[in-house]
Amino acid sequence: MITFEGVTKRYADGTVAVDDLSLEAPTGAITVFVGPSGCGKTTSLRMINRMIDATGGRILLDGQDVREIDPPTLRRGIGYVIQQAGLFPHRKIVDNVATVPYLLGWDRKRARARAMELLELVGLDSELAGRYPFQLSGGQQQRVGVARALAADPPVLLMDEPFSAVDPIVRASLQDELLRLQSDLQKTIVFVTHDIDEAIKLGDMVAVLRVGGRLAQMAGPATLLSEPADDFVREFLGRDRGIRRLSFIPAKDVRLVTAPADLVVDASGRPLGWRGDGGLLPYGTFNPERDSLRAALDAALLAANGTAVAVDEDGRVIGVAPREALDEVLGQYAARYTVPDPEDPYEEGGHQDTGHQGAGPEDPAHEDPAHGEDPHG
Amino acid sequence: MGDEPLVRWDWIWRNWDTGRPDSILALLESHVVMAFLPVLFGLLLALPLGLASARWRWLYQPTVSVMNVVYSLPSIAVFIVMLAITGLGQATVIVPLTFYSLAILIPAVVDGLTSIPDHVRNSAVAMGFTPLRRLVRVELPLAVPVVLAGLRVATVSSISLVSVGALIGQGGLGYLFIDGWQRQFTTPIVVGIVATVLLAVLADGLLVLAQRLLTPWRRA
Ligand SMILES: Nc1ncnc2c1ncn2[C@@H]1O[C@H](COP(=O)(O)OP(=O)(O)OP(=O)(O)O)[C@@H](O)[C@H]1O
Ligand SMILES: [Mg+2]
Repeated sequence: MITFEGVTKRYADGTVAVDDLSLEAPTGAITVFVGPSGCGKTTSLRMINRMIDATGGRILLDGQDVREIDPPTLRRGIGYVIQQAGLFPHRKIVDNVATVPYLLGWDRKRARARAMELLELVGLDSELAGRYPFQLSGGQQQRVGVARALAADPPVLLMDEPFSAVDPIVRASLQDELLRLQSDLQKTIVFVTHDIDEAIKLGDMVAVLRVGGRLAQMAGPATLLSEPADDFVREFLGRDRGIRRLSFIPAKDVRLVTAPADLVVDASGRPLGWRGDGGLLPYGTFNPERDSLRAALDAALLAANGTAVAVDEDGRVIGVAPREALDEVLGQYAARYTVPDPEDPYEEGGHQDTGHQGAGPEDPAHEDPAHGEDPHG
Repeated sequence: MGDEPLVRWDWIWRNWDTGRPDSILALLESHVVMAFLPVLFGLLLALPLGLASARWRWLYQPTVSVMNVVYSLPSIAVFIVMLAITGLGQATVIVPLTFYSLAILIPAVVDGLTSIPDHVRNSAVAMGFTPLRRLVRVELPLAVPVVLAGLRVATVSSISLVSVGALIGQGGLGYLFIDGWQRQFTTPIVVGIVATVLLAVLADGLLVLAQRLLTPWRRA
């Protein structure tokens, strides 16, 4: 766990980049620092591994003040990933990844073997190991950056806008990859971004910072969407908060009924379309075990009859969710302000996130359901 | 010069290696020594001075200014002043040329170090490099291309400047120019020019080769 206790950073020129910041980044979870440019995200992150020293307050790493630890030692135990990957241009990919193991005094063979393991873990071809960074695409370099940060298996990972320099498609796949890795590795991750969608997609906890380095709100993503603490946070979150919040509600509670004969399936039970006058009509599917309510709703909206087709892992029809069934769950959640965030230590307040403005029905975004894609899709 | 041919091959042949200090081979040898030692000394001095200037930026401007002043001094004047200090030896040429090399190499070292992108330097810090190790393992290797570029300029200009020393009796191949001029005899002049150019081309080629070998990591 990383604890900020009244941390302040005043630069030599008088700029207060971070002002009395207190928060906790829980062990094994992704905590995202998000906020507009210049709000002190990078400064906050770098105070954790002492690339910048705080001028007030303290930062504890599992209870120990980071200032008591010699910086190089501290840093070798903390992975660090940045926007431009920061790879060493003069070292081959495998040696880039093995950097921290080398620093820790591992022998060359073991360090390289570990590096090869990591390249595979982040989904890179082992053929790339012998190349130099300039011979890799931006997305590949970024993966190498992640592999390098993980090489010595540090319990803590700091990531400063690691995916913002790549195109949206690569970004999305890197984000998915990170979530997949994290579900196996359970690192304590502090992730900095200025992109609220990225924050909501990746964060177990999201800390919204405002310019001047003040914490505006810290909450789980679903709570953040339904209960922004103030106008700043609400504005920062942008439109469609209600719909986006549905991404955090699993679709497993949607009541399914037996598929009607109108739904044409192939020999193995996979859907082909809804029977219509002039042939098959479009349909939409969701997987109740894996998908969110947002995906279910999306599936319903894709079909002319407003019925979502539920499928299993293999894509075979297991039932359908008629409009009334979706209505029931939506009603359930619309009536409730808060979706329980997994292990949300801030649920009970003590922070500024207890304002119950809610995702009220006055939110115009609710009338615009066909908007956007499921970020967890 | 009348009917005299531009180059008399028999003269070259006779004077190639007479064992005397004014044979072509002996002049070539002293030229090489007087051209390369200053570059070597210059590099050895430029590394610490450049490192210091890159580390303490306020040092950089004064250092560069002093070096530029040195560089702007006419070489012949410097040689003559040196004559009073070091006498009629090779040192009279080597010492001033070392300063000329420094004037080129200090900025090269500083530029090499400052050309390293912040994100690379920062990530080295964040990985847990100690300052010394970062310098040796990351910063110096990354400065190599710029330093080598400076080394090429310093080497070629050193090779050409040595000849001026002939006016004070220590000019390597430059002696051939004076000799030819005094005797109104073109062959030594042509030999001097060709040999100097070949030497420069060869030295530069070797440095380019070194660059290829030392920095396989650069975009071609
Ligand atoms: N070395 C420095 N000296 C003085 N002021 C600084 C320094 N570094 C950052 N600042 C200032 O501190 C504030 C916070 O900077 P920081 O880099 O932490 O912001 P950020 O949230 O990471 O912004 P971005 O999203 O643009 O990366 C800014 O106002 C910045 O200008
Ligand atoms: Mg930043």
